[in-house]
This record gives sequence, C-alpha cells and structure tokens, in this order.
Amino acid sequence: MIDLTVIWAGIIGFAIVAYVVMDGFDLGIGILFPRFAVGEERDTAMNSVAPVWDGNETWLVLGGGGLMAAFPLAYAIILPALYAPLIAMLLALILRGVAFEFRWRDPGHRALWDFSFTLGSTVATFAQGVTLGALLQGITVEGRVYAGGWWEWLSPFSLLTGLGLVVGYSLLGACWLIWKTEGALQDKAYHHARRLGIALLVVIALVSLATLRLEAQYHQRWLAWPGVLATAQVPLATLIVSALFFRSLARRQHAGPFFWVLGLFALCIVGLGVSIWPDVIPARVTIWEAAAPHSSQLFMLVGAVIMVPIILTYTGWAYWVFRGKVGAGGYHS
Amino acid sequence: MSAWDQDIALLLARLQFAFTVSFHFLFPAFSIGLASFLAVLEGLWLATGKAVYANLFRYWVKIFAIVFAMGVVSGVVMSYQFGTNWSVFSDRAGSVIGPLMAYEVLTAFFLEAGFLGVMLFGLNKVGHKLHFMATCAVALGTLISAFWILSANSWMQTPTGYEIAANGQFVPGPSWWAIIFNPSFPYRLVHTTIAAFLTTAFAVGGVGAWHLLRDKDNPGARTMFSMAMWMAALVTPIQIFVGDLHGLNTLDHQPVKVMAMEGHYQSHPHGAPLILFGLPNSAEQRVDYALSIPKASSLILKHDLNAPLAGLDTVPKADQPPVGIVFWAFRIMVGLGVAMLILGLWSLIARWRRRLYDWPMLHRAAVVLGPSGFVAVIAGWVVTEVGRQPFTVYGLLRTADSASPLAAPAVAASLTAFVVTYFAVFGVGIWYLLRLMHRAPDVHEAGLDGLPIRSAGITPAQAMGIGDAR
Repeated sequence: MIDLTVIWAGIIGFAIVAYVVMDGFDLGIGILFPRFAVGEERDTAMNSVAPVWDGNETWLVLGGGGLMAAFPLAYAIILPALYAPLIAMLLALILRGVAFEFRWRDPGHRALWDFSFTLGSTVATFAQGVTLGALLQGITVEGRVYAGGWWEWLSPFSLLTGLGLVVGYSLLGACWLIWKTEGALQDKAYHHARRLGIALLVVIALVSLATLRLEAQYHQRWLAWPGVLATAQVPLATLIVSALFFRSLARRQHAGPFFWVLGLFALCIVGLGVSIWPDVIPARVTIWEAAAPHSSQLFMLVGAVIMVPIILTYTGWAYWVFRGKVGAGGYHS
Repeated sequence: MSAWDQDIALLLARLQFAFTVSFHFLFPAFSIGLASFLAVLEGLWLATGKAVYANLFRYWVKIFAIVFAMGVVSGVVMSYQFGTNWSVFSDRAGSVIGPLMAYEVLTAFFLEAGFLGVMLFGLNKVGHKLHFMATCAVALGTLISAFWILSANSWMQTPTGYEIAANGQFVPGPSWWAIIFNPSFPYRLVHTTIAAFLTTAFAVGGVGAWHLLRDKDNPGARTMFSMAMWMAALVTPIQIFVGDLHGLNTLDHQPVKVMAMEGHYQSHPHGAPLILFGLPNSAEQRVDYALSIPKASSLILKHDLNAPLAGLDTVPKADQPPVGIVFWAFRIMVGLGVAMLILGLWSLIARWRRRLYDWPMLHRAAVVLGPSGFVAVIAGWVVTEVGRQPFTVYGLLRTADSASPLAAPAVAASLTAFVVTYFAVFGVGIWYLLRLMHRAPDVHEAGLDGLPIRSAGITPAQAMGIGDAR
C-alpha cells in the first residue's frame, strides 16, 4: 500500500521548495534594494516582482497550513518553539508586503516605505534561516508539547543559518534582476551576484561542517562507510554547479545564473534531506509519529492532486504574461 | 510556570488573537465585496461600453489593491498564529480543521494571488476578455476563501462528524461532508458573505454621497451611489431575515450564546421578555435598569408568547461566556442593521421622488453610515466568538486548555509588537484609503488601460497623479 504520510512529506517538501524558488528572489530584491539608485533602478527592481510576490508568498501559507493539516503534532511543537523568530517573520512580511503599494501611493514618504521594504525583507529572510538552524540543532520535546524556553532557538549556529539565508536570497534576487533587467541595473546585479556567490559558498561550507557536529545522527548519515560514497556526491555536485554558475556569470548569460543558483538551493535541500529524513522534527519526531489520520491525508490529497497542477498552470501563465525585460515604466509600454 | 503566570499568558494570547483577527477581518470584509463590485463594473463596461463604468473600475481598483495587500499580510499572521499561540488546539483539532484550511489555500488563496497580478497590471498584456476573466477569478477566490474559513470556524462552533482518538485528538469520522457542512455553517456562510457585500455597499455609498455633496453632477459619484443604494435597499432586508435564521440556529445548537445575547440570566417558564437595553451584572446574575418588552423574546425565538426559555441559571458559572460584551456587541450589530434598513428605504423614497442625487440630508446620512458595515461585522464576530466562550471547540475543548506552553513575557512582547505594527502600518494604509476616497472620481480616471497610470502607480506620471489627489 502507498504510504500517504510519505506522500504528504513530499508535498510539504515541495511547497517549501516552491516557496524558496519563488519568494527567495523577491525577498532578495528587498534585501539588495538600498544598493540601487533611487528612481528608475529601484522602480524597475520593484516592478520585476510586483505582479507575482503575492502568489509567491502563498506557498509559505501552504507550507504552514499543510503542516498543520498533515502533521498537526509537528506544527504544534515547532511553532511555539520558534515563537520569537516566527513572530518577527510575520511582522516583517507585513512591513515589506504593504511597501509594494504604499511606496507608489505616497511619494512624499517613499524613502520610508523603501526602508520598510528592505527591513521587512531582511528580517523575514533572517528569521526563516534562524528557524532552519533552530530545527537542525534540536528542539526540547516532552510528550506532545514543546518544553524549552522562549530563547532556545538562539545559538551561534542558528544565527549562521540566518545569515546564510540572507546571502542566499540576495544572490537569487541579484540573479533574477540579471535575467529581468538591462543596462546599469543589470551591471550592478552582475557585480553583486559575483560577490554573493562567493559568500554563499563560504556559508554553505560553514553550515555543512557545523551541522555534522550537531547530532550523532547527522554525522552517521553523512560519514559512515559505505554511505559516504553516495553522500559525498552532494558536496561534489555543489562544487560542479558552483563552477557552472561562475562560468555563466563570466559569460554574462541572462537566465543561466538564476537557474544555477536554484541548483545550489536544490542541493542544499537534498543535503538537508540526507540529514533529517524521515524526521519532521530532526532527531525527535518522525513523520509517522506526527502524521494526521489517514482520512485527513486522503481528503487533502484529492484536493492537492487536482489543484496543484492547476495552480502551477495559472501561476506559469501569470509569469508568462509578464515575461521579458522589465522597465521602470511598468507594463504599459 | 505558576498558575497566575499561566492565566496571564492565556489572557494575553486571547487578546493577541482577538486583536489580530479583528484587524485582519476589516480587510476581507471589504475586499470580498469590492472584488465582486469590480467584476460587476468591468462586466458592465464590457457589455455597455459606457465610460463611467470603466472610470469607476479604475477608481475602486486602486483602493482594492491596498485593501487586498493589507488583507494578505494580516492573513498570513492568522495562519501561523494557530500554531504559535494555540498549539494544543492545533494538535488536538488540526486533523479536522487543518484540511479545511489547506483547501482554502489550494482553491482560494492561489487563485486570488495568481490572477491579482494580471488584474492590477495586465490589461495591456492580455486584452479585455482575459482581463475580465482575471477579475472574476479574483472575485471567485475571495468567495471560495470565505467558504472554507467559515466552514472551519463553524466546525469549532458546532462540531459534528468527528471522533476522538486515544491520544485525545479530534479525528475525522466516516464523512467529510458532516464536518464541512456542520449545522451552523450554511447560516454563518450566508450571513457573513452578505455582511461583506453590505459593508462594501455602504462604504461605496458613503464615498458616492461624499462626492454628491460637493458636486451632484459628478457621473461617477451618481452611478456608485445609485448602485450602492440598490444594494442597501434590497439586501439589508435579506440580511436581517438571514440573521434571524442564524440566531434561531444558534438557539438550537449554542443556546447559552443566545442567553448571553438576550441577557437572560433567569429562566422564564411562561414567556421570556425581550430586554432592549440594560446593564448586565454578572456578579448578581441580573440585568440592571432593564428596559424590556414582556414575552417578546419568546415570540421572536419560539414564535409563541408563552414558550418557556431557559436562562443562564441553568448553566454552571464556569461554562458561561462574558455576558456584557456579547449583550452589547449584539445590540450594536442589530442597531446598525436597523439604521442600514432605514437608509435603504429612504433611498427608495428618494428614487421615487427623483431626488436620489439631490437630497443632502440623505447624502449626509449615507456618509455617516459609510463605515457602519465594518462596525457591524466586527460586532457580529464579537457576539459569536465571545458568545461561545469558554470553549475553542464548543463544549469539548476549553480555551484555557488550548493555548501554547508560552511564558507570559513572550506573549506580552509579541502582543506589543503586533499592536504597534498594526496601528502604524495599517493606520497609515487606512489613511491612504481615505485619501483616495476623498478624491472625486474623474471623468478620465487614470490607470490600467493604457493611460499613463496604473493602479499602484508605476510611472513618474503616477507620482503627479497622486499629487493631484491631495
């Protein structure tokens, strides 16, 4: 019989990947925003994501809502454990989300809303990275509830993963702008992408090495013989994809760099899977322990199987409508 | 944690939920109605080719874009708050209401968000017909969203179709139909959806009236005022009828809530009085200075003057909701409903006497009632949510047993952050909305169709357009 719990773990995983792929670059543009000149550059950068940011963010809601529905115990333990970073993320998403409308609505306070856009994007990204780090380093669980304090998430490791995600999303944002813009703004984006690419590789290396020291399970998974023959392919592939990314930058390709960075993110997520599968709370709770009853999973699976392809189709259409290079003048020309 | 610390943490978590959900609901209450209004305007424009509809579409779509953005970002907060602050509830009830909310995301949120970009920015890219389809998709999305979230809320009010597992979790029974279409859902869905339409109608009517008071010949102001007053006159009576049915349904399934709404501390074996006003006094379990109509409550609720009605004296004190809040919120909602009905009837008289656009008293009244829908909607939610206390899953799971194991200082800090951020950000957003509404609809309203301005204003010309708005 097919294990619905595994399928649902896959769907939640897909929602998280879709979120990183889609919202990563628009948060990254927010982080890089102060680097762009006031006026045409910033307007163009904003326009490149304005029609799609809301849909991008919906994957975060699917990740959260899906976790509650398919793995209620995990949702009930993880969210209180990560209280401070998650509340910070929610408030930050408010600050950046309204900026899309407000900065045009009130040119007299454009600087304020631009700041709000950057602050919100940066804090939301950092908080998501901290969340990942806190999950990896372990959460105190007793019975069915979180049993740690409200600062348990804070550690050098979680701050490192927070910083790492800020670097990663910024790189995605820079590569998106390389793809979607031209001229001076694109030149700037190439410049940032090169530096951020190097920074990201350093962070990936640091986080990977630090992860091995966190839990015996991770160490075992990655380095035990003969599994290491398989797991060693992940860092090897990361090196190859990085090389292709830098070559793509050097050749000043337009779409290439964005997709190679997505490749790097995909490898990081594969690496994450190697460390934690099949746990939903690493080294504490497995997906089967946290799973909702079969009936809930089946009911939702029907909806997901029908709706996700439809969603991907019209989301793809919306991206297609706004394809090509963006100008400061919006979509009228 | 000490018991006192836990009580404080619980109270703060409840305040935080009440604050964030109330603020949030202001926006969907407006955007559900506004999305459908925009679809109607665009449909009329395509059908008749009259410029006034296109102008009104462009006028209101700018307002819609801001309302929708604020609704989205305040809504993301809600979807996470179940876990951050009500984790025991989420663990216990997540298998039942989680799937309903997942369906909301899959069938509604993506639909709205996916087509919003095309609706706001895509007219020149996709042409009129596809653009109209995008507007309709957004409007449909708002209604589907209401369907699922009200089903989830109604299940918490009138839970059916569940079983309780050995680990204490509510799990779905054999039929999801019984969970989705729980007994209070059809009434709550219709009442809330109509409430959103009326909220929008009175807001639109108030804006139209505001501009008629300045220039009674403004074509946009005339059309929007007329459309809004048709809604007020025709839909308010329907809403009162549906509200009555919803109340009778509540009497069947949550009689204690009705006791609080009515202020019935005592049981009345021979016909209960309708208390119009008074001061509920829960300590003494009576309503002070009550002004009441004998036997009228039995007549309304049981359609029989002498029908017996049980009171809160039949309910243990630990299971009673806070009576005063429910009692007053109910009267605010009903009072505003009556005021809306009167304005609707007045507009019919004005239409009949051909003074709809030329009766300043009527227009002033419409301006005053412009925000009435928002107040009534929040008051209605207070009635139903406070009235079902002290339970999150009615009769089965207590609010006090639903909260996350968080220390009071953590919740105090987050509540403070929410209050500051919401008042600052959404306060400014509402100010922008009022400023847009203050500007009269132009004969050549800018935005969307090749004119140099789009809804959220991308071009430098937009900046000038906004300058004009001041």
